[in-house]
Amino acid sequence: MATIVESDTAPQDSTFYLVEQDDHDHADASPTALGFWIYLMSDALIFAALFATFGVLSTSYAGGPVPRELFDLPLVALNTAILLVSSITYGFAMLAMEEGAVRRTQAWLLVTGLLGASFVGVELYEFSELIAEGATPQRSGFLSGFFTLVGTHGLHVTVGIIWILVMVVQLGQRGLVLENKRRLLCLSMFWHFLDVVWIGVFTFVYLLGMLR
Amino acid sequence: MNEQSIENVIFGRLSWASFPVHEPILLGTFVVVVLLGAGIVGAVTRYALWGWLWREWFTSVDHKKIGIMYVILGIIMLLRGFADALMMRAQQAIAFGDNEGYLNAHHYDQVFTAHGTIMIFFVAIPLVVGIINFVMPLQIGARDVAFPFLNNLSLWLTVAGALLVMVSLFVGEFSTAGWLNYVPVANLQNSPGTGPDYYLWALQIAGVGTTLSAINMVTTIIKMRAPGMTMMKMPVFCWTALCSNVLAIAIFPILTGAFALLMLDRYVGTNFFTNDLGGNPMMYWNLVWIWGHPEVYVLILPVFGIYSEITSTFSGKRLFGYSSMVYATVVITILSYLVWLHHFFTMGSGASVNSFFGIATMVISIPTGAKIFNWLFTMYRGSIRFDLPMMWVVAFMLTFVVGGMTGVLLAVPPADFVLHNSLFLVAHFHNVIIGGVVFGLFAGIVYWFPKAFGFKLDPWWGKVGFWGWVIGYWVAWTPIYVVGLMGTTRRVRQFDDPSLQIWFVIAAIGALIILVGILGFVMSIVMGIVKRKALRDVTGDPWDGRTLEWSTSSPPPPYNFAFTPVVHDLDAWYDMKQRGHLRPEGGYRPVHMPRNTGMGVILSALAMVLGFAMVWYIWWLAALAFVALVACAIGHTFNYNRDYFVAAAEVERIERERGPLLAAGA
Repeated sequence: MATIVESDTAPQDSTFYLVEQDDHDHADASPTALGFWIYLMSDALIFAALFATFGVLSTSYAGGPVPRELFDLPLVALNTAILLVSSITYGFAMLAMEEGAVRRTQAWLLVTGLLGASFVGVELYEFSELIAEGATPQRSGFLSGFFTLVGTHGLHVTVGIIWILVMVVQLGQRGLVLENKRRLLCLSMFWHFLDVVWIGVFTFVYLLGMLR
Repeated sequence: MNEQSIENVIFGRLSWASFPVHEPILLGTFVVVVLLGAGIVGAVTRYALWGWLWREWFTSVDHKKIGIMYVILGIIMLLRGFADALMMRAQQAIAFGDNEGYLNAHHYDQVFTAHGTIMIFFVAIPLVVGIINFVMPLQIGARDVAFPFLNNLSLWLTVAGALLVMVSLFVGEFSTAGWLNYVPVANLQNSPGTGPDYYLWALQIAGVGTTLSAINMVTTIIKMRAPGMTMMKMPVFCWTALCSNVLAIAIFPILTGAFALLMLDRYVGTNFFTNDLGGNPMMYWNLVWIWGHPEVYVLILPVFGIYSEITSTFSGKRLFGYSSMVYATVVITILSYLVWLHHFFTMGSGASVNSFFGIATMVISIPTGAKIFNWLFTMYRGSIRFDLPMMWVVAFMLTFVVGGMTGVLLAVPPADFVLHNSLFLVAHFHNVIIGGVVFGLFAGIVYWFPKAFGFKLDPWWGKVGFWGWVIGYWVAWTPIYVVGLMGTTRRVRQFDDPSLQIWFVIAAIGALIILVGILGFVMSIVMGIVKRKALRDVTGDPWDGRTLEWSTSSPPPPYNFAFTPVVHDLDAWYDMKQRGHLRPEGGYRPVHMPRNTGMGVILSALAMVLGFAMVWYIWWLAALAFVALVACAIGHTFNYNRDYFVAAAEVERIERERGPLLAAGA
């Protein structure tokens, strides 16, 4: 950071100009949190489009398998629980960050990442079972919509896991500097956002699917 | 493995047959492009400008330079898009009866698809985004945008998309499915070639850039306004930029989603938009038009802002009805999201649905009409100066109102059943896009050019350009309205009825007059550069402006303002001038600035390679580019050294260089 050298003469007119200016970042005053929040809203709209598409195609079975034959509800419920718990563990990571405990933040992040990885693992297992039964994304409009919506969510979780790993490394390198705190805040919003989306997926895809 | 399959692995479906050497028109174009390109590359090398271009421009995170580069991209692509327009006009003017014209059907389909795609995505959007980029931070008294690196990345992603479209001209083919790449034509079994894939990858890459840019601009406007500038003291251009970018954030994800689903259909074999196995082609139309209709407002709203600034400045009056202008803009933003279905009343949604969307469409004309009256009342009893920007405003009002009225006509569902997909519709949207968006962009370029470069454009050639465009527009599009009302449909390559030919000949003449307009505009830049000493702006305020961008020098220093301005009034700079404000000439402090970075160029280049490899099924290259893309993106986050301070002495030096100029004009 460059040193600030003040010159001796003061500006004449301070009605129309700021004489003193605070150029230093503050985690909460930075525009990053707002910008990232707006990005999440745009991502929510991608999911909205996918939900709407799935809604239109949700009964387009084309003579193929229907949800009741396909979904293993207990398995999906387990997966839902894993993802919800991962949101709590991320919360613990943020609490550790507030206390300035780098190691503990990293540890909770890793726990969160592991839970996320189990979620993706179970989802991939579910997908492979479906495909083995012949319920492929190409089979019907319904299955295209199902795999795309659920898969897009899973892809987001995968990105989140990669981000967690990067954060663990960067915390190790630099500790809880301002930039890292800001990034943890953004990642936190991202991770909880995926939780909210999953609740929509679980309700509209799985639960409503089983009722059909 | 035999030789054929090894070739397939290495080159995908790319082969010698992919190069359209049998098409003389394309071959000729290719030769011209190569000569031009070689000339430019040669000149840049000869004068050793590569380092300067890279350091000062390509890697720059300065919002002003990024804005200028967006505008340059838009102008270059305008020439390409207009070449397509001339080709269509020539074809339709001669292809009657036994005469097939000079374009075969496949080529003609590509030309009209490319024309629409380029004009909206790579002309209108870059020009609008570029002007917002340049002007908005200056108007709100900020030193840069909220995310300077993201801004650079957005620009280069847009460039990468534009380059992919240009590559499709000489390697393979472009889509033939219309400017929104409609299914079922764009489905794999109907278009097995590379056309729709080029379209999808180009627009996905550019679309990411546009979305990121919109997020950036909204955050900037909300977070970085100068002290004292409350929302209702914000220049109206910033309000329209805010609404436009909020709208862009609300719609581009839908387009990204729709294109992603079509990609899955084409690459994976899913059944979203297919005609069998449960797919639904009309869903594609719904999704792309949920993007498509608000998109025209994304383009026109900031242009309304440009007209507002110019009308106020050149009438020497505060804008009439500022609050109503703001409310009208917000209302248009919301309503524009509720009208998409009027693009396919004929789909058969039933009377209730059609009525809702028909009425919602007509309602939009109310806030738009309010704006027209506000401009008229601003001019009323003003001391109007008819400089070139003001001439564009008047031409816009006369032209756009007609387009608005034909739009209300089309919004009536029963009338639309007659006019759907007719040339009347095509004339309508060219009326509002040329008469609204294009005129306004030219007005904005002429108005802010002296701020960007320190000298005005040549006014005489500017007027040649103006009259060429305005007269050319009316000569080219009135006959299209006429034949459209008679029932001629759009996207037709050859006509049977010889009595229609005269109308298309007149339209072709109109297109040539528009060509004069384009050449006049280009000449106004060239002659402006030649005569830059005589046209120099030494005051920083060449038009007697009212908003903050005119309070700094022309061109502004890299940090825009040595001291952040404090705002007391809507017309902040006018207020400062009225109260005899003097610029501070000492006590400079160090200025906090973002560092340049080449990562935007690198990421965009990788995205373009990824797109090209996917279009041609070169899987190994696609995987490689994707891995490199992810690695570079992650690698970039390990760079924490992103800003620096301009020392107070350096600020003082820069200000001394510019200071006397400002004082001389004060």
